[in-house]
Amino acid sequence: MNPDTENTGLDDAPLIETVELTRIVEETTVVDSVSAVVSRGEIMAVVGPSGAGKSSFLRLLNRLDEPTSGTVYVDGEDYRQFSPRILRQRIGLVPQKPSLVPGTVWENAVRGPKLRGEPVPEERTYELLERLDIADYGTKSVSELSGGEAQRVALTRTLVNEPDALLLDEPTSNLDAETESHVEKLLQEIVTDFGIACVIVTHSPDQARRLANRVLSLKGGAVSDRGTSCEVLSR
Amino acid sequence: MTPEALFAQLLAHIDATVLKGLFQVGAAVAIALLVVGVSRVRGLALEREFSIALVRGFIQVLVMGSLIGVLLSVQYFWSWIILVGMIGGATWISKNRGDGLPGVTRVSFLAISFGAGTVIVAMTLIGAIESTVRDLVPIGSMIIANAMKINSLALDRIRGEVISNRDEIEAGLALGAPPSAVVTRHIQTGVRAALIPTIDSLKSLGWVWIPGIMTGMILSGENPLYAGLYQFVIMAMIFAAGGLTSMSSSLLISEHLFTDAEQLKQIKSDESNADAIE
Repeated sequence: MNPDTENTGLDDAPLIETVELTRIVEETTVVDSVSAVVSRGEIMAVVGPSGAGKSSFLRLLNRLDEPTSGTVYVDGEDYRQFSPRILRQRIGLVPQKPSLVPGTVWENAVRGPKLRGEPVPEERTYELLERLDIADYGTKSVSELSGGEAQRVALTRTLVNEPDALLLDEPTSNLDAETESHVEKLLQEIVTDFGIACVIVTHSPDQARRLANRVLSLKGGAVSDRGTSCEVLSR
Repeated sequence: MTPEALFAQLLAHIDATVLKGLFQVGAAVAIALLVVGVSRVRGLALEREFSIALVRGFIQVLVMGSLIGVLLSVQYFWSWIILVGMIGGATWISKNRGDGLPGVTRVSFLAISFGAGTVIVAMTLIGAIESTVRDLVPIGSMIIANAMKINSLALDRIRGEVISNRDEIEAGLALGAPPSAVVTRHIQTGVRAALIPTIDSLKSLGWVWIPGIMTGMILSGENPLYAGLYQFVIMAMIFAAGGLTSMSSSLLISEHLFTDAEQLKQIKSDESNADAIE
């Protein structure tokens, strides 16, 4: 049994399972044999000091980088079995910087299907924009958005793909306390309502405690602690 | 030809006209050195490259000036070999501009060969370039040199675009988009920027800029109207070769930017390297 599944009380087969996931860049081990599991409807927080390999771990899950060894299983299948495009639609990454392209909120929200040359799911996009309180901003230029609004557009952009899992890299790091609280509430609702798995990288133990069912603590690229958020964050 | 023989040939050419030319070179170099000085004061960090280019250009053109008579007396077949050699030299210079981009040497060689080669062969076949060494080598070299210049500009700009927009490109990949789609905007910017000088040259042809070939033809007694038409043909060839080269190199380089798993490769001098821990 993967150590990550112990004491969680979760019976579901994991959506994402990493096995000894390792990435070495120019003789530096940025992610060191990380094994973890995340199930649908669950939020796992990845915490640790700067340089712990949190974001690198997230990039490996989305396969933006290639593992040096180890692998990731998605619904029990090695993720190299999927084409990278299909995998990235299923395991959606919201980067720390929203990286919106010049244009309107709507154009950015539907960027995924547009870039893939697929029909735009208009109804779903409207619903998501409404849910994330930016429905009125559809025609607004992204250059006029605040940090929180831009982050919500980036979240919408990923959710339009109907992912099975959501990877969030410090989603509230540039937001004020009020907006942070709003985004956290939205995330919890989305994970619960859509039944998706969520991995959130955060430098804030408080945020991990508020949001996550379980916590994976990294140090120097390796797992230094794991367990429920209460267990890990009280140690 | 041995270096001694080459040196002897150079010495044999020195007369009053050459001495006058050397004085003119001195004046031109003095002004160019002023630019080098200003570059240093303004911290442009171009002094070394500019100085090397100046010295290299001077030596190369001097050697070529001495050899051109020999070069133009070889058999026609050799002119194609000379052009292939020029493409090799152009590749070597151009790849330095895109240094750090994956596959840049191969891409530069293929793009310049295709861009310049297509135009030279086509225009030779229809007779716009006469099938003689004295026409094919100088006009071919002009087309190759301009293709090289445009290729260098395109690669330099594409590298800058990819480095500074790495986050945006990866955000697109993370959405499950094909690499070609996420990088298109940046590739287009590179090609457009590379072609601007050539387009401006075409626009200004005949009123801001009176080109050398046309002037030379008129001075040697050619019909001025024909001289103008021929100059336009040369410019159109340069534009066509440059366009084909930059479009080919951008297309080829965009395929080299990504791994088989559609991950954006690291590009040298990419300071915002996402591979940094964290």
